[in-house]
Amino acid sequence: MCASVKYGSRGPALIPRMKTKHRVYYIALFSVVLLGLIATGAFQFWPHSIESAAEWSVDRRSVHDAPLVRLPANSPIPERGDLSCRMHTCFNVYSCGYNPKNRIKVYIYPLQRYVDELGTPISSTGLSREYNELLSAISDSDFYTDDVSRACLLVPSIDVLNQNSLRVRETAQALAMLPRWDRGTNHLLFNMLPGGPPDYNTALDVPRDKALLAGGGFSTWTYRQGYDVSIPVYSPLSAEVDLPERPPGPRRYFILSSQTALHREYRGELERLKEENGEAVLLLDKCSNLSQGAVSSRKRCYKSQVFDYPQILQESSFCVVLRGARLGQAILSDVLQAGCVPVILADSYILPFSEVLDWKRASVVIPEDKLPEIYTILKGIPHRQVEEMQRQARWFWDAYFRSMKAIGLTTLQIINDRIYPYAARSYEQWNNPPVVQWSSVNSPLFLPLIPPRSPGFTAVVLTYDRVESLFRVITEISKVPSLAKLLVVWNNQNKSPPEGESRSSSKFKCPECTAIDGLSLDQTHMVERSECINKFASVFGTMPLKVVEHRADPVLYKDDFPEKLKSFPNIGSL
Amino acid sequence: MQAKKRYLALLSAAASLVLLFCLGGVQVPATSSSRGGGGGGGPGRRRHPAAERPWPRFSDPLPSFAPPESHSDAAAEEEAEERGAHSSPRLKRDVNSSVYRARRCRMESCFDFSACERNGFKVYVYPQQKGDKISESYANILSAIEGSRFYTSDPGQACLLVLGLDTLDRDQLSPQYVHNLKGKVQGQPLWNGGRNHLIFNLYSGTWPDYTEDLGFDIGLAMLAKASVGAENFRPGFDVSIPLFSKEHPRAGGERGSLRSNTIPPFRKYVLVFKGKRYLTGIGSDTRNALYHVHNAEDVVLLTTCKHGKDWQKHKDARCDRDNAEYDKYDYREMLHNSTFCLVPRGRRLGSFRFLEALQAACVPVMLSNGWELPFSEVINWNTAAVIGDERLLLQIPSTVRSIHQDKILALRQQTQFLWEAYFSSVEKIVLTTLEIIQDRVFQHTSRSSLMWNSHPGGLFAMPQYSVYLGDFPFYYAQLGVKPYPKFTAVIHAVTPLVSQSQPILKLLTAVAKSHHCAQIIILWNCDKPLPAKHRWPATSVPVIVIEGENKVSSHCCETGGFFLESPVPRSVDFAFTVWQSFPERIVGYPARSHFWDSNKERWGYTSKWTNDYSMVLTGAAIYHRYYHYLYTNYLPASLKNMVDQLANCEDILMNFLVSAVTKLPPIKVTQKKQYKETMMGQSSRASRWADPDHFAQRQTCMNKFASWFGTMPLVHSQMRLDPVLFKDQVSILRKKYRDIERL
Repeated sequence: MCASVKYGSRGPALIPRMKTKHRVYYIALFSVVLLGLIATGAFQFWPHSIESAAEWSVDRRSVHDAPLVRLPANSPIPERGDLSCRMHTCFNVYSCGYNPKNRIKVYIYPLQRYVDELGTPISSTGLSREYNELLSAISDSDFYTDDVSRACLLVPSIDVLNQNSLRVRETAQALAMLPRWDRGTNHLLFNMLPGGPPDYNTALDVPRDKALLAGGGFSTWTYRQGYDVSIPVYSPLSAEVDLPERPPGPRRYFILSSQTALHREYRGELERLKEENGEAVLLLDKCSNLSQGAVSSRKRCYKSQVFDYPQILQESSFCVVLRGARLGQAILSDVLQAGCVPVILADSYILPFSEVLDWKRASVVIPEDKLPEIYTILKGIPHRQVEEMQRQARWFWDAYFRSMKAIGLTTLQIINDRIYPYAARSYEQWNNPPVVQWSSVNSPLFLPLIPPRSPGFTAVVLTYDRVESLFRVITEISKVPSLAKLLVVWNNQNKSPPEGESRSSSKFKCPECTAIDGLSLDQTHMVERSECINKFASVFGTMPLKVVEHRADPVLYKDDFPEKLKSFPNIGSL
Repeated sequence: MQAKKRYLALLSAAASLVLLFCLGGVQVPATSSSRGGGGGGGPGRRRHPAAERPWPRFSDPLPSFAPPESHSDAAAEEEAEERGAHSSPRLKRDVNSSVYRARRCRMESCFDFSACERNGFKVYVYPQQKGDKISESYANILSAIEGSRFYTSDPGQACLLVLGLDTLDRDQLSPQYVHNLKGKVQGQPLWNGGRNHLIFNLYSGTWPDYTEDLGFDIGLAMLAKASVGAENFRPGFDVSIPLFSKEHPRAGGERGSLRSNTIPPFRKYVLVFKGKRYLTGIGSDTRNALYHVHNAEDVVLLTTCKHGKDWQKHKDARCDRDNAEYDKYDYREMLHNSTFCLVPRGRRLGSFRFLEALQAACVPVMLSNGWELPFSEVINWNTAAVIGDERLLLQIPSTVRSIHQDKILALRQQTQFLWEAYFSSVEKIVLTTLEIIQDRVFQHTSRSSLMWNSHPGGLFAMPQYSVYLGDFPFYYAQLGVKPYPKFTAVIHAVTPLVSQSQPILKLLTAVAKSHHCAQIIILWNCDKPLPAKHRWPATSVPVIVIEGENKVSSHCCETGGFFLESPVPRSVDFAFTVWQSFPERIVGYPARSHFWDSNKERWGYTSKWTNDYSMVLTGAAIYHRYYHYLYTNYLPASLKNMVDQLANCEDILMNFLVSAVTKLPPIKVTQKKQYKETMMGQSSRASRWADPDHFAQRQTCMNKFASWFGTMPLVHSQMRLDPVLFKDQVSILRKKYRDIERL
C-alpha cells in the first residue's frame, strides 16, 4: 500500500517527458514491477498471520475491519470443560517461568470476526463494550505482553461475556481454531452471564477443553476451586451513575429489596416480611405506569411511589440480593456501590473473588429457606458491625467491582497469586480498606513470645567525643549480668577513638568520671526537639506516638519488704 | 539501444528503491505512517506507537454485553414463567438435594440442617460395641469429642454423629484395618444413609496406587480426612485434617519450639529434607529427583533407599551413595536449624513431616501437588508455608532464597501460631474440625478469615458472642480501633462478707467517681435484705442490683471491662488506663503465683510475696467482658461445676483461661500497701482466707485445671505497672494518681 503511494509520487513527474512509443513499454514495465511488489507484499503478510494481524489492529479503528474468519462446519469442537482440572493438572506452569518480578505475562489474541459457512456471525453482538474495556485494560497493564511465545496466559478476543448472544457450537469451534489453543491450556475466558433457558447452567456452556474460566454466577458444583475464578457480574450503572460515598451510619430503611424479577414465592415471602415489620422494610418493583422517556431501569416503584434507582439503595442499611434464574446478579455491584450491606440469599453461589475477599466482613450470607427470618437475623447484628460492613462494601466496589478494568486486573492478580504463591498479596492487602491500612498496626513480631534470658542483649553506645562519660556508661553497663555484647559507635570523624581499650569493656575503670552534662537543661535543645516532633508528625500525616500513664517496675518495687529478698534490690536509688 | 539500456537500469533502480521503501515501511511502521499518515489516516487522534498500545481503541459504538431490557434476568424470568418451565426455588432446592449426592455432596444437598437449628450444634458419638477394637488415635478423637462442649449423649439431640467404629486406617495391609466395615456401618440403626455423619480417616488405599477409597460406602457422610487430594475433596463439605501419629497427645500438647525471634532470621541451613525414596510406584518421582538440588552446604536433601524388605532388588546406581550421605546428618538437628523444610509428598499426599516442620518453626516448603492442605477452608497457608510445585522442583532453591527476611520472620511466627492454635493435640484437631462444620451450619454467625488466621485463633474466638470484631479484645490493633473507653463495675456481695452494708456502699461511691465507669451492677447474694433506699448513695451512673444470682450474663453490658468485688482501691482509673493498653489481659491488684512442687510432683499455689507472679485475683481486676463469655461457654461443665461446688477457685480458673488464650501473664498494677490488713480487717472475710482448707482446695483446683488444659498455661511475670511518677521524688502535686501513694 505504501508502495503505490511512493510510486505515484514519482511517476507523474517522469511520464510526461517520455515519448509516446516508449510509454507503452514503460507502463508495461511498471505494471510488472507493481505486480511484483504486490506479490512481495502478499508474501510479507501471508506466513506470519499473527504479527500481521497485530499490525492491522494498530492501523484500523473499526471493529468491522477485523479480518473475517470463516468456520468450516466440520471444524473440531473442544471437549466440555473438565471438572477435575486444577492448576497442577491442566495448567502449563512451564510457560510462566521463574522471574524475579513474580508476574505472569498475558497475551491477547488480535480481534477477528468469525462467521460460519453461511456467513452468519457466531455472536449477535460481536465485541461488546465491556469486553473491549477489559481487553484494553489488560493491554495497558504490566501483565501484558505482545510476544505470544513469552505469554503465560492467553486471552482470546472472542467475547463470551454473555452466553445468550452466542452460538455455542460455533463459538467453541472458533476457540479451537485459535493458533495457540492447544486444548485450551493456559487460556482464560471471561463470562458473566452463563447458561440459558430453561435451567440456566451456572457455568459457560461453550465447550472449552482445559481453559480457565473467569465466570460470574458459579455454583459450588461447577466451580473448580483453585482453578476457575469467580467474578462479579458487571453492572453498567457503575459507569453511568456517580453515587458519592455516604458515611456509614443508620439509614432510613432497614431492609430494601429492589430486584424486579423475583420469583413469586420470594416476593410473597418478602411481602409477608413487609407486613410484619412495616416501615423498616421497603419492597420495590419495576414501575408499570411510567411516563414516556424515563429510563425504566433507573426507576423503581412501591405501589404508586416512584424512587430513583440506584440512589434509593443508599437509604437502606441492608439490601436483599436474591438469586434469580442465575446465581450471579448485577445488582450486587449496585448495592455495594451504594454502601448498602448485601444480604445474599443464593444457595451454593460462589461469591465473587471469594478466593481472596473475606465476604464475612462486607455481607450477610443467609440460606434461601431462611428468607422469612432475615429480619430477626439482621437485627441481631451490632450496629458497629453494620457500619463496618457498609464501609467494607463500598470499598470492595471501589477496588474490585467498579469497572471492567478492576474486574479484569483482579482476576489476573488472583491467577498470578496462584502461580507465585510465595509472592501473593496478603489478606490485609486484599481486604483492608485504606482507612484501616493506615490506622491498623501489624507488628512484625506478632507472636506472643516471652524470650528467655539466656542470649542476653547487646548494648549499643553512641558517642561523639566525650570519652569520660563514655567510659562511665561502659563501666555501668558492663555490670549487667544479661549483657552479651557492647557496641560503641564512634561518631567523630575528626578524632579516632581511644586505642585498644575499647575492645574489652570489663577493663574500664573510670574513677575521675564526672557527671554527664545536663543536656536536657539546655533550652535551645528542647526547642529543636519540639521542632523535630512537629516535622515528623507532618511527614507521617498523623501523630503516631501514643501517651501512656504507666511505667514498668519490678513487682516489689519500693515495697516495704527486705531489699535483699528482691530480685532487683535498690533499683530506685540510682 | 543505449537509451533502452539506460532506461532499464533506471527502472530497475527505481523498482528496487520502491521495493526497499515498501519493505522498510512494513518493518518500521511508525515512521512510514507518520510520513504518509496525513493523507491516508482519518481525522482521528494521533495513533500510539505499536509497542505501547497493542489493543486498539475502537471508535465505533459497541453494544453492551447485557442490554438492559432484552436480556436481563427479568426478561428471562418472564419468558420462563410463560412457558411454565421455571420451577419454584423450593422445588429447585429439592432437586439439588436429589441430584448432588455422593461424590458431589455439598452441605446444601446432603446435610440436614433442621436438627442443628432445633438443638444447637450437638455431636453424638456411637457407643462402642464390645467386640470392636479401636486404635489409640481413634480413642483419642472420641474422647476429645466427649470432653468438648458439643457432646450430647442423646442421639435425638444430635446435629452431627460420629461412628464408634474405627475408620482411621483403611489400608488393607495394615493391622489396624477393620474388616467388614461396610456391613457394620449399614447395620447401625442411626446411620440413615450417612446423613449428618462425620467420618474420620487418616490412611486410605494401599500399595501400589494408594487410592483415596475407604473401602465402604460413606453415603451422605462428611469426611474428615488426611492427605486428601483436591480432585476428591468436596469443598465446603469435607474437612482436610493433618496426618498425625499415634503419639500425638490427646490434649495440651507441646508448644512450638520457637523461643525467641532472631533477626536476621536466617538459620544454618536454608532448606533441608531427610526421608525415604521410593524407587518405584506412586509418589516416587519427586523424591527421586531431589538429589539435583542437594548441595551438601545449605541445601541438604537426603534420601535413603532402605525401606521395605526387598529394597535391594529395586536399588539403583545412586542408592549406596545416597544412603551413605543420609547417615551423616541428624534429622532433628537439621529440622531445628533450617529456615525452610521441604515437605514432598510420600506415597500419600500428606506426611508427618508437615506437622514436625510446623512445630519446629521450620517453614514448610510444600511439594505435593493437589494436596488439599489441612483445614484449607479456613487457614490461609500462604502466610505460614511456601507452596511449591512438584513440576518446578529445580526452581525451589532460588525461590526460597528470594524470599525477603521480613517475610521469613512472619512465616516462621505464623507456623508457631498455627501449630499451637490448631495442631498441637488431637483435641485441637478435632475441635477445629467441629468448629469448621459449625461455622457452615450457622453461616451468618461464623468466623471471618481474620479470626481464624490471627492470634488467638478460631477456637478461642467465638462468633456466637458477637459478629463484630471490635467486640473482642484481640483485634484492636489490626482493625485500627480502640477499646471502648468505659467499664461496668460488678460488685459481688456474698453472704459472710456483709455484716453491715457499709463497705459495699463505700465501694459503690468510690467506683462511681471514676470517669470511666458506665454502670454498676451489684450482685446481692446475702441473707440480709438490701439496704433501705434512702441509704444508697447518689451516683451519677446507673446502678443495677440483681438479687440472688451468682453470675452476670455476659450480654449485659456494652462496655469494655469488669471490675469485681473487693477492697476499695483508690486507683480504679489508673488500672483502667493500663487495661486500655493491654485489653486482652487481666489487669488487677493482688497477685499470686504457681510453682512446680517437685517433691509432691504437682503444681503448688502460693500467696507469698515473691519477685514474680502468674495470676492476679479477679476479686479486684479489670478484664474484657469477652472472657466472661468464654468462661461460661468455652470451659466444660465439669470444671465449672467443681468451682461452683467449692465456691472457690473461680479466679484461678479465669487466670488459666486468659493465659491459655493470650499465652501471656496477667498484669499487676500498684496497689495500696496494706491490702492484707484490709482483708483481715473485714472480720467475716478473714475467716474464709484464714481457712487452711481454702488454701488446699486452691492447690487441688490448680492441678485439676492443668490436667484439663493438658499443660500449664500460666506464665510468670516480674513486672508491675506503676504510674509514671510513682514514688519519685517530685512534688505530690505533679502526680496524677496521688491516692495510690497515700496510705
